[in-house]
Amino acid sequence: MADIDIIKDENIVYKKSKVLTDNVMHYCPGCSHGVVHKLIAEVIEEMGIQDKTIGVSPVGCSVFAYNYLDIDWQEAAHGRAPALATATKRLMPDKYVFTYQGDGDLASIGAAEIIHACNRGENITVIFINNGIYGMTGGQMAPTTLVGMKTATTPYGRDVELNGYPLKMTELVAQLPGTCYVTRQSVHTPATVRKCKKAIRKAFENQDKKIGTSFVEVTSTCNSGWKIPPVEANNWMVDHMFKFYKQGDLKDSEKDNPDDYKKFIE
Amino acid sequence: MGELKLMKGNEVIAHAAMRCGCDGYFGYPITPQSEVMETLMLKKPWETTGMVVLQAESEVASINMVYAGASCGKKVMTSSSSPGVSLMQEGITYIAGAELPCLLVNVVRGGPGLGTIQPAQSDYYQTCKGGGHGDYNLIVLAPASVQEMNDFVDLGFELAFKYRNPAMILSDGAIGQMMEKVELSDFKPRWTDEEIQKISGSWATTGKTADREQHIITSLELDSESMEKINHRIQAKYRKMEEEEVRYEEIQCEDAEYIFVAYGSSSRICQKSIEIARAKGIKVGLLRPITLFPYPTKAIAKLAERVKGMLSVEMSAGQMVDDVRLAVNGKIPVEHFGRLGGIIPTPDEIVEALEQKIIGGK
Amino acid sequence: MAKVKGTIVVDKEKCKGCGLCVVACPQDVIELAKEVNGKGYNFAYMAKPDLCIGCANCAQVCPDSIITVYQTKI
Repeated sequence: MADIDIIKDENIVYKKSKVLTDNVMHYCPGCSHGVVHKLIAEVIEEMGIQDKTIGVSPVGCSVFAYNYLDIDWQEAAHGRAPALATATKRLMPDKYVFTYQGDGDLASIGAAEIIHACNRGENITVIFINNGIYGMTGGQMAPTTLVGMKTATTPYGRDVELNGYPLKMTELVAQLPGTCYVTRQSVHTPATVRKCKKAIRKAFENQDKKIGTSFVEVTSTCNSGWKIPPVEANNWMVDHMFKFYKQGDLKDSEKDNPDDYKKFIE
Repeated sequence: MGELKLMKGNEVIAHAAMRCGCDGYFGYPITPQSEVMETLMLKKPWETTGMVVLQAESEVASINMVYAGASCGKKVMTSSSSPGVSLMQEGITYIAGAELPCLLVNVVRGGPGLGTIQPAQSDYYQTCKGGGHGDYNLIVLAPASVQEMNDFVDLGFELAFKYRNPAMILSDGAIGQMMEKVELSDFKPRWTDEEIQKISGSWATTGKTADREQHIITSLELDSESMEKINHRIQAKYRKMEEEEVRYEEIQCEDAEYIFVAYGSSSRICQKSIEIARAKGIKVGLLRPITLFPYPTKAIAKLAERVKGMLSVEMSAGQMVDDVRLAVNGKIPVEHFGRLGGIIPTPDEIVEALEQKIIGGK
Repeated sequence: MAKVKGTIVVDKEKCKGCGLCVVACPQDVIELAKEVNGKGYNFAYMAKPDLCIGCANCAQVCPDSIITVYQTKI
């Protein structure tokens, strides 16, 4: 039983962000999406930018992200979120614009859009949820699926000869001159949740500085797709996903100086 | 009187965009319409009107940039040619489904596939009969002159915002590339944030302020009952367009016994064919649809009450002829004549086709 | 050193019983109930409320943001 003497408003040390709506999330029990949604909501609330933030939601499990964060949203076609964010930011440069994309959306069908948005150095924030699988459609192979990992379309495990290699999008965009901040985070423990929130905050604050694209991968779980219960899924992620998808910052600077590129035609 | 210039149709699209207060152009190069973006980049409107111009990585990206710009209540547009517009179909159906206003320009070239870079009118089906998936229509304007390339930019935006529906200028490589005298529109300022709030403030994603609910731009609705309602609402707009927005021109139809039905470039050639035919004693007139959707069905049906036959002249294998036949509903013979693959028919060929397919075919 | 006392309120009808809060709690306060809520989930509850220090770890890892945390000095 909770101690009713303590349950007073002045004693609240943690409660749901006001930027989250009261809708019950449709995500499976233990899904990382809910935690990342919460962190974005908290960052928006703490920065006081609810009225200036435009989210772009993807196709995939988080297609309904707009039901959970009480901000203006554009729902993009599969993979196209970075194109939407590009136009929105350019037409309304004083807004905070972010995309929220899964690995099917960002790394597969939307590979061109994310690479070019990052390469142009759009002053946007990209939140990339990488759980190595297509969740919404029932657990098929994603470009990020680990070799040997079983999915609905790799029932014998991902085979490089048949399916190619897992794609490290985060390493890829870190190489691009237009990105300023590229990091890989997770949300499986209280400490990583707090660290991930700091990363998301920084990725939003970078929009004020106009220093390029900020890209935050959150290595995540898909309990239903992986067919592993939530707590064990977090452990599986640490034991397997983290070995391939190394955690931490890949880049923290600002987009390349344009002058460095002019000498080639001088 | 606006500024008089001698210009290419494609260049005029760019000038008309800058002059009508357009907020953003997002495009990808493709022949025969690349002059649109080239002109904009040369004129640098971001330094004068504040208009954003961006060369996207693909037509797929550019149409989705338009989707986002339209979501913000901005006047945004793209232009392309047939293969590029095929790539855009996904974005176009999303824009129609999310009920957003924007302007699209297709400077049509011959197909199918990579086809040719010469002018054609073989995208009528794609433009007027769907293109992308789902039940939707574009507002379709068919210019027949460089002047109309200018005029339809402003008109396209006006209709798009009136109905919250994408509008398309369906041009072709001939009108895009030809130089003609044009009276450019006067400059109109871009909408201010306050004006956007007034016009689109009830739905645009401009940031959720404390005094309103969140705005969500989406075409997704998993509940079938709700999705049917959305469809009915969209369909009601199309029925209203059919009542209020049909535009067409009748040339020498008063005494005509036969009618050419033709739009865009073909309608210009048909005017010469009328001269040739009338010199031979054949009384023929022209009905030129200006809006291809909504289509001038009633006007054609009315003419079918008193003429002997109609020839649909298109630079295609016969696409618009379907709509002429539907309007005529079997009352009189309706045939098609056209050249394919980027070939423009001669006036004589058209008269010959009229004689053989309609007059002789009785 | 001032001692703190904490407590949590779980919106039990919104709980999906994922159990992430159970392993996140440094004091082993939380367990999943034997009974189920209206959705059929074994919801989280404070099995050992006296041990709660109000650290908010449980709430931070909760994907459904349904835990409110209170803390006071004693």
